[in-house]
Formats: sequence, C-alpha cells, structure tokens
Amino acid sequence: MRARTKFIIGGALVVGTVGYLMASGIKETGVYYLTPTELATKISTDHSFYNVGIKMGARVVKGSITRDVATQTITFRATDGTHTYPVIYHGLAPDTFTDEVDVVVEGRLQPDGTFRATTLLAKCGSRYEAVPRPNGQGTMPAT
Amino acid sequence: MTDIGNVALWITFFVALWASVVGFLAGRTHRPELARSAERSIFVMWGLLVIAAVALMRALLTHDFNVEYVAAYTSRNLPVFYTWSAFYAGQKGSLLLWALVVSTFGSVALLVNRGKYRELTPYVAGTIAIVVVFFVATMVFASNPFERLGFTPPDGRGLNPQLQNPGMVFHPPMLYLGYTSISVPFAFAVAALLSGRLDTGWLHAIRRWTLVSWLFLSCGIVLGMWWAYVELGWGGYWAWDPVENASFLPWLTMTAFLHSVMIQEKRGMLKKWNIGLVVGSFLLSIFGTFLTRSGVISSVHSFSQSNVGWFFLVFLVLAAVLGFGLLAWRWPMLQAEVKLESLVSREGSFLFNNLILIVIAFSVFWGTLFPVISEALRGTKVTVGPPFFNLVNVPLGLMLLLLTGIGPLIAWRRASPENLRRQFLWPVTALLVTAASLAAIRMSDWWSVVAYALGAFVVGTVVQEFVRGTLARHRLHGEMYPLAFVRLVGRNRRRYGGYVVHLGMVMLFAAFAGLAFKRETEVTLKPGQSVDVKSPYGWTYHITHQGVSQYEQLNRYVTAATVDVLRNGKYIGTMRSEKRQHLDSLGRPTFEPSTAVAIHSDAREDLYVVFAGAVEGTEEAVFRITINPLVWWVWYGGFVLALGGLITLWPGAQGPTAASRRRAEPAGYVAQVA
Repeated sequence: MRARTKFIIGGALVVGTVGYLMASGIKETGVYYLTPTELATKISTDHSFYNVGIKMGARVVKGSITRDVATQTITFRATDGTHTYPVIYHGLAPDTFTDEVDVVVEGRLQPDGTFRATTLLAKCGSRYEAVPRPNGQGTMPAT
Repeated sequence: MTDIGNVALWITFFVALWASVVGFLAGRTHRPELARSAERSIFVMWGLLVIAAVALMRALLTHDFNVEYVAAYTSRNLPVFYTWSAFYAGQKGSLLLWALVVSTFGSVALLVNRGKYRELTPYVAGTIAIVVVFFVATMVFASNPFERLGFTPPDGRGLNPQLQNPGMVFHPPMLYLGYTSISVPFAFAVAALLSGRLDTGWLHAIRRWTLVSWLFLSCGIVLGMWWAYVELGWGGYWAWDPVENASFLPWLTMTAFLHSVMIQEKRGMLKKWNIGLVVGSFLLSIFGTFLTRSGVISSVHSFSQSNVGWFFLVFLVLAAVLGFGLLAWRWPMLQAEVKLESLVSREGSFLFNNLILIVIAFSVFWGTLFPVISEALRGTKVTVGPPFFNLVNVPLGLMLLLLTGIGPLIAWRRASPENLRRQFLWPVTALLVTAASLAAIRMSDWWSVVAYALGAFVVGTVVQEFVRGTLARHRLHGEMYPLAFVRLVGRNRRRYGGYVVHLGMVMLFAAFAGLAFKRETEVTLKPGQSVDVKSPYGWTYHITHQGVSQYEQLNRYVTAATVDVLRNGKYIGTMRSEKRQHLDSLGRPTFEPSTAVAIHSDAREDLYVVFAGAVEGTEEAVFRITINPLVWWVWYGGFVLALGGLITLWPGAQGPTAASRRRAEPAGYVAQVA
C-alpha cells in the first residue's frame, strides 16, 4: 500500500473518531440556551423541558436579590422584560452579580415555576467599558 | 495635542491608502520608484502612528478628562503604572496599539529584508498598508480614541479593578503582538502568490516571523491564564470561554505551520498546505477579535458590543477571499516535488501532528460557534462548555503528546528497523517505568497516568537527543562535556530550541493532568473555628479563621479575612484574602467589589483561599478553599516554552545557507556525524 493511502486511512480514522466524540459530546453535554420568553414557550408545548438542564440568559430584577450568607442561598428574579422567573441558587455569587446585570443561570426549571440554578454567571456591560457622566462618577451604560 | 493625534490618524489613513495602491502597482509593473514610494509610506505611517500614540499617552498622563477615552478608563487616584496600561484597557486604545504594532512590524520586515526579495517587498508593503487602512478606518469612522466629550468631568471613571493587576499590564500587549505580527507572514504569503515566486525564498523570510508571533501569542495566553487564576478567583486558569478559545485557535494553526514548514524546506512537500496555514492563522487572529467585539457569541468576558465587530467581519471576509482566492489561482504552481515515501518517517509523524492540531482547532472552533450554528440549523441555541472541550481534546492532546515524542526520533524519508530500535529503546523504557510506577501507587485517574507516561516518553526523547549530541561532539572535537553541550545547542539552535519548547509543553501537560485531582470546599467559619482539608497527596491542611479586618488602602476600601494554615500539623503560613471596594478621588465607591485571592504555592500544589463574604455585621466569614495540584508547572512550563522559543530565534549561526534545503537527513545528530 502506498504511504499516501495509509496516511489517508489513518487520517480518516482520526477524523472519524473525533467526529464521533464531538457528536456525542454535543448530545450529552450540550445545553439549551434560552431567554425566559423562549423557555416559557418551550415549556407550554413540551413538558419534558422540566427534566432538561438549560441555560437561561436574563437580567436581574432591581431589588429582587436576597442573600442568606449562613446557608449560602441566593434568590432573585430574572427577566427579559416579558417573562420573569424566580431563581434559587446555592453557592457563591461572582463579584459582578448585582441589581440589573445580565446573568446566565444554568439549572432546571421546577414544576412550581422556580428556576433552580447550579451555576450563576454574571456579566456586566460596564465590566471593561464605561460611559463617563458629567458628575464624574462611573455609571453603567444605559442599555 | 489630541488634535494632532486625530490629524495624524487621518493622514495615516490616506498615506496607507496610497501605499496599498502603489505597493500593488509596483509589484505588477516592477517600477522601482513606485516600490520605493510604497516602502517609504510604510515608514511614514509608522511615524504618524507614533505621534498619535504619544498624543493619547499624553492625554492619559495629564488627566485630560475631556477626552472620552481618558475619562472612561482612568481617574486621578489611579497609580501611574495602570494609567499607562489604560492605553489598551479599552477598545479604542487597543485599535491604536494594533495599528502601531502592525506598522512597526511592517517597517521592521521591510528594513530587515532590504535589498532581498525585490519582487516580494512591494506586495508586502501593499498588504501591510491594507491592514493598517483597516485598523485606522475603524478608528476614524467608528471608534476614535481622541473623541471629546461635550463637558469635562472633574474626574474619570477609573480603571476596572480587575484590570489593576500586573498580569493585565502585560497580557494584552503580548496577545496583540502575537495577533498582529502574523500580518507579516500573511503579507509575504500574499506577495509570493501574487508575484509567482513560490520557491522556498518567502518561507525563509517568514519562518522567524511566525515563530515571533507564536512566541508572543504563547506568552500572552499563559499570562492571561495567570491573570485569570490570581485575579478572577474562581480557582482555575482556563474555562474554554470564547475569548480564550479565540486566542488558542491561531496558536494551534501557527504551531502546525512551524512543524509543516520543515517538511517543505527539507522535502518540497505541503506547499499549498503551508500557505493555507499562514492565511488561516491571520484570519483566525482577526476572527478572534471579531468574536469578542461583535457580540455574536456571549462570553463572560463581555466587552462592549459595538459596530466595530462588523468592520472586523467585513475585513475578515475580504482577507479570506484575497488569501484563499490567490491560493486557488496559484494551485497548479504549488505541486509537491516528491511523494511521501513511507508513513514511518519524520514527514509521516509531522503529517499526523498537523492533522491533530487542525482537528483540535476545528473542534474548538465548532464548540465555540455552536450556539450560532445550532440556532441557524435548528432554530434553538445550544451551548457546549468545558465537558465538551475536555471530552474531545483530552484524547487529541495526548495523541499530540505521543507524536511530540515520536517526531524527533524517526528519520526523514523512511525509517529503518535499526533506526527505530536504536532511537526508541530508552524513551519507551521511560514511558513504561513511569506508567508502572504510577500504577503501583494506584493513581486513580486513568487519563492522568497516560499523560504522565507520555510526558516521560517525550522527556526521554529530548534527554537522549541532548546526551547523544553532546557525547558525539565530545568524541569528534575532543571538547569538554559542558562546552560540547553549549556548542551543540548554539550550532543547532532551531533544533535544540525546539526540544526545549517540547519540554515546556510536557510541563504544561503535566499541570493539566494534575487538574484531575483538584479539590474544592466551601465553608463558613466564625473567628477561631477551623476546617480540615485533605490534599490529593494525603496531607491534611488545618485552616483556622483569625478574623475579619477593615481598612483603607491606596484607592480602595478593604475587608480582609485572615487564616492560619497548618499542613500535617506544621505551620506553613498566614493567608489573607480581601474584598476590595474601589473608591474614586472623592471617596465614593466605584465598580462592583472585587476579590483578592490568597494563594500558597509550591511545585506540588496550590492552596487557594477565597474570602467570599462575611455574615452581615459579624466576623463570621464564608471561604472557598481549593486545592490545585501542579499549577506551578503551568507558569514554569510557559517560561520554559518561551525560553525554547528564544533559543530558536536567537540570531546568529543560522544564516540562509544553514537553512537551505537538504534533500534528506538521517535522524539524530549522531547518525549525521558518525
């Protein structure tokens, strides 16, 4: 057999294996990324979504955060303007987690309508970029 | 002064336009006066961009808060060190730095190659000029660093506290240098394709440049990992975040190129592939920036989403059409001079090395873009995270590690059974002994055992090469061993520098494999209370909470929690983790609070303590305690990697003659001289 043919066979084996790993990886670890409205739509048509891990991207409703340091429980409401879900999270919140920031929570929606999050990521529009104001104080960009 | 800067940008824009037109014209018509004009324009552009950079730096240092950029990223109480780094803390300043770096590299490339490659340099100047046109256009039309406000704030907003870290001072410029310096190889590739001078000449001109880009990118990535580890406080250094992946992609293609270019030099094969890799690396550098600036992919590192992203997309498409279009046009001229003789050869192992690097790049690319892909195909966004990337890349990474060991051992063209036996005996012994010892101590993670065994194999390879080379010099030239060793490396810098890079990679793999043994606990402690944490080595850390204190320091208000740490009953130190509330010059709080992590580090493991907050009004504190084995090896592996890169790059002995192609070369220095 020519070396070139051997390389093509070897290469096809590598590519095939990786293709299989990627496909199964996406199937097993892929997570739906939804907004509260999309989640509400999905749930209303397909109840199996209660059993699937999902990521929800939303904004923290101002003044809705309660923290219990002793039990390390954080509750807040997350909204996209149309739909709002209460979220419960156990663990440490990132420094950037505060009122009106965009968060990505990963977890499951409970049948009672609360979102039980296992991870909480917060991002802040002003994290690296900012808009100066006349009073000299930093403010979040109006988005 | 900012007016001067602004004018300088505009003039740069027109000069760059001129240079791009004249450069390509000169390349086509071979008119020397046009070529000279294009070349001079590159130097003029560089001078103008230096003026613009000085203007911005001056505005920053003199606190000219009427300038939007200055007000957005600095404040009166920001230390000078960080005021300086604010130059590239934001997008607008970064763009200026990019343009400046591209024109600097372009100028250096033209100066270094003065009088050489006469048919290529006008096209090189033209291509560099196009890149500069793009960056400067983005600034003057969409994101001008000299933009003024309608009012003058009394103080600026200050720099985000997470960027007030030495890692952040050096990490971005390193990455930018890596991203932008690849423009020079790209320009040479375009020039070679346009002029039809597709012999190995252009390869000699760019091999070092690619190595420079690779070196900067490597340093930038490792510094970024270090910054994430010490500053962000989540206990790791790599999260497969889109921004991280974006810097990893061109690194992979450049690494592939640095290997496959050797096949072209020695054997005249893989010509199309190499041009493809250079073009691809350049596109991926631009793509990385597009990804983070356009908001197409949501990342935790959210930069502002601006229309600048679309400038990058347009440029990306144009560059792809130019690069790959030219490649397709010259396809017939890029036939291989010889055929692959045997898979059991240096070429064969390099082919697989390239294949795996590209497959890794593809899987990372696919995973990063999967939210977009899945939304386009199925209408629902699906994201993949670290489990996906680890599942695919751990086996691929280990195969690559295996090839790192195999490559240097087998001969070019066709390895004989005798060659294989002689070369593989000791490295394979190292592999088997390591695997057996790890099995004997019952290391629990199977992947880690494989990683360490393969690591030992690569180290065996490298040590064998150094030892045999030194012995051979000692025998042939009668040199003392240390002298023979130094001369061996000095006379074959590219080769032995490469081996040092391999050692650095082994250290990095060893560190990554250590992640399998990471331990993490969260605990709430009152002052005087303690917690015991087991390390994977079987040690017990006894951590006692000493209390919470509050004080003002520099530009921030600090709440600090202190713990005493005993390891197996022996005191090893007092660690303090802080919550910092940064203040502006009037003492008002700015930004969200940030965390300073306490790390106790040695070669075996890191104890990583994060003070997550105190129970309201008391000194009862919540801690997250992480034990990170072998993290030290990431930083030192990065250092060794950079050292190897520098050895390879060091100018001197290797002129174009040494690099000129030899048809075939037996494996190993010994075989060569014996």
